[in-house]
Amino acid sequence: MSENPTGPGGNGPAHTADPVQEPSGVEDLPDGTGQEAAKAAQPNVASSLLNAVLEGNSAVVTFLAIVTAIVIGGLLIAFSSPTVLHAWSHLFSAPGAAFSQAWDVAASAFSAMFEGAIFNPHTVAAAFHGGSIAAIFNPLSETAVNATPLILSGLAVALAFRAGLFNIGATGQFIGGAFIAGWIGFAVHMPMILHVVVAVIGGFVGGSITGGFVGYMKARTGAHEVIVTIMLNYVMEFLLLFLLGLAVFRAPGLPNPVSPPVASNATLPHLAGANLRINAGFLVALAAAVAVTWLLNRTTVGFELRTVGANPNAARAAGMSPERTWVVVMLICGGLAGLAGASVILGTDFALTPQIYGTYGIDAITVALLGRAKPGGVVLAALLYGSLNAGGVTMQGLTQIPVDITTVIQALIVLFVAAPPLVREIFRLRPRRAGEEGQLLAKGWSS
Amino acid sequence: MKRLLWLSVLVLGAGALVAPLAASSSSATTSRTAPVHSTTTKAPQAGKFLACMVTDTGGIDDRSFNASSWQGVQEAESATISGKYLQSTSESNYVPNINQFISEKCGIIVTVGFLMGNDTASAAKKNPGQKFAIVDYSYSPAIKNIDALVFNTVQDGFLGGYLAAGMSKTHKVATFGGLKLPTVTIYMDGFWDGVQYYNRQHPKLTPTKVLGWSEVTQNGSFTGDFTNQTKGEQLTATFISEGADIVFPVAGNVGLGAAAAVKSADNSGGNVNMEWVDTDGCVSAPQYCKYFITSVTKGIQAAVKNSIVTTAAGQFKGGNYIGTLANGGVALTPFHDFSSKVPTTLKNELAKIKAGIESGKILTPTRSPV
Repeated sequence: MSENPTGPGGNGPAHTADPVQEPSGVEDLPDGTGQEAAKAAQPNVASSLLNAVLEGNSAVVTFLAIVTAIVIGGLLIAFSSPTVLHAWSHLFSAPGAAFSQAWDVAASAFSAMFEGAIFNPHTVAAAFHGGSIAAIFNPLSETAVNATPLILSGLAVALAFRAGLFNIGATGQFIGGAFIAGWIGFAVHMPMILHVVVAVIGGFVGGSITGGFVGYMKARTGAHEVIVTIMLNYVMEFLLLFLLGLAVFRAPGLPNPVSPPVASNATLPHLAGANLRINAGFLVALAAAVAVTWLLNRTTVGFELRTVGANPNAARAAGMSPERTWVVVMLICGGLAGLAGASVILGTDFALTPQIYGTYGIDAITVALLGRAKPGGVVLAALLYGSLNAGGVTMQGLTQIPVDITTVIQALIVLFVAAPPLVREIFRLRPRRAGEEGQLLAKGWSS
Repeated sequence: MKRLLWLSVLVLGAGALVAPLAASSSSATTSRTAPVHSTTTKAPQAGKFLACMVTDTGGIDDRSFNASSWQGVQEAESATISGKYLQSTSESNYVPNINQFISEKCGIIVTVGFLMGNDTASAAKKNPGQKFAIVDYSYSPAIKNIDALVFNTVQDGFLGGYLAAGMSKTHKVATFGGLKLPTVTIYMDGFWDGVQYYNRQHPKLTPTKVLGWSEVTQNGSFTGDFTNQTKGEQLTATFISEGADIVFPVAGNVGLGAAAAVKSADNSGGNVNMEWVDTDGCVSAPQYCKYFITSVTKGIQAAVKNSIVTTAAGQFKGGNYIGTLANGGVALTPFHDFSSKVPTTLKNELAKIKAGIESGKILTPTRSPV
């Protein structure tokens, strides 16, 4: 929340007309509570809260978007089930069955999802009868494991957003980080703690090089970062495939393009015993979120970054260098995405494969949008995504509902979040002035 | 009024959120091993042998090894065996999916594809009592509780190449792959070898050329993935314009693009045909059956089914299984529409070569070991 960036006031370049304050600024999607309350000049907390709900600030809109997506997802689950469709074909003879069938299917799907993502009551009962206590925390551990790379790559996109850059290149930067971290992990021998630290730093550097190249291209030649990052994704994907085809990077004796596993010294330590997959990568991700918050709000670089993001011309007029900022931002963003790669290769996957990058780079964009390009928001959005991913596995396993449905729910959430007017229309919220929301994307494409 | 409407929607929404949780706790009393979600499609019944398959990212409708493996599971289903699958949307799903099935106490867990090789091995080591099968991956040394199913497709690729050379009028045939992976290039090596062997056996004829691959240089044409049919269509059209009249795509769904190019070449008067890969093309893509001279298949389906059925009967083998021409693990399918068009002499030669490969008299070298 940087409504009033007072932090850098002292050490940052002082300006009378602070461009960051402008309402059209990319960095601050109007966060209704503050503004509305000020406008109404009502000190009463309750009434301003009610106002926020009825007008719908961004938090309320995000929440409603999630609810809407889950309701639609539930309907999709219910009506893609043959038993439900069968029951509905007898709607008029047995209307009760039709509705209860639909409800049962959706409810069992979501309860399985909940069991996989948050808490499964059966594990507690099992623990009393000699089962493992770790199993109780397994769903939460899985959620955290799924969220870790998303937090890091989401930050890589969000931070770029704040500087007015649309970083589509998290995939390429992820590969850069995963490759260097993985290579240090399996090819170099080092003592225990040092090895994993060096490998993680290597991941940051690997992503940084990839990201920094984009910043350099934009600063030096004016090439649009969207084009450069997309093309660089392809370059990195096929570079990875090519390198894994070389005997040097392949597990000895096997024909497949898979690297040797990283040394145990280089793996991120488990946080809660070997049976739970949660590892130190999650702490790295949280620390990165704190560091990005600090960077944005408490440093000169962060102030310049937000200023450039709000208005590069104003920044230039104030004596800042947008070019330098773009390079610095992309170095950091690339490094964050590289850390995501390191967290996967050193924390959960342990070997480089041609598709190690998965969909993290694309999901990162939606996580950053969902988190409104704020570090705290990104962490929450990544946790939501992580819980949907973790729950999706259990849902599919217990109910055989295609896992694609979780992807649909994720996509719907983002769709509604990215289009606040749609949610406002559905829930009949008071309209806001045009152009206040949804600036995030527009800004990214311009400049 | 608007606010009332809004509030009612909110309450409904909150209800939708809370209800499943209530449902979850109410179902807590019932047994865990047999999920209570009986309203859904494929809920397994208690007491049945559970065959559980983890797909690769392609999913069960990839017309390739996932589809074949799932068919194998379905064929194994019976009064005492029930099958289910988990789809992996990305590689990060492999471990959670395997763990999910371990917690469901599956009788056998079938994993598909070499990318799951490491994850399956480490799960097998952690759970020595759990039985696994993996498609397209083998271990050295072999692991006791994993049935590793691999296929020496260089052998039927060889037959496919020989047949293509024998059927080509232009003396040019073409092959291409999806990605340069050993499971792909092994087919292409075999195809290339088969054509060279035909040339050596028929020194008086114009030697047939292979476009798109060379076993010697290990370089050739690849579309870059197994999904983009447009690329397959473009590449095939290029081969046809270079004079190839038989095309052998080794690229899963991309092969459909190749078939589309063959069809349009055929519509405009060219005499172009193709060979399908992995599965019987006349079954998996029947709309193009009249262009398929044959299909160069690997018997994933039969091997998976066999592995499940024997395990359910308490005769789990473990270790590595290699499908060959001799044990029927790899084969050319029947000629379907071409059964009258393939000359009898060619059919006899193929039978002789098949016997030669089986006995080891004819060598099928490849740079892509099984």
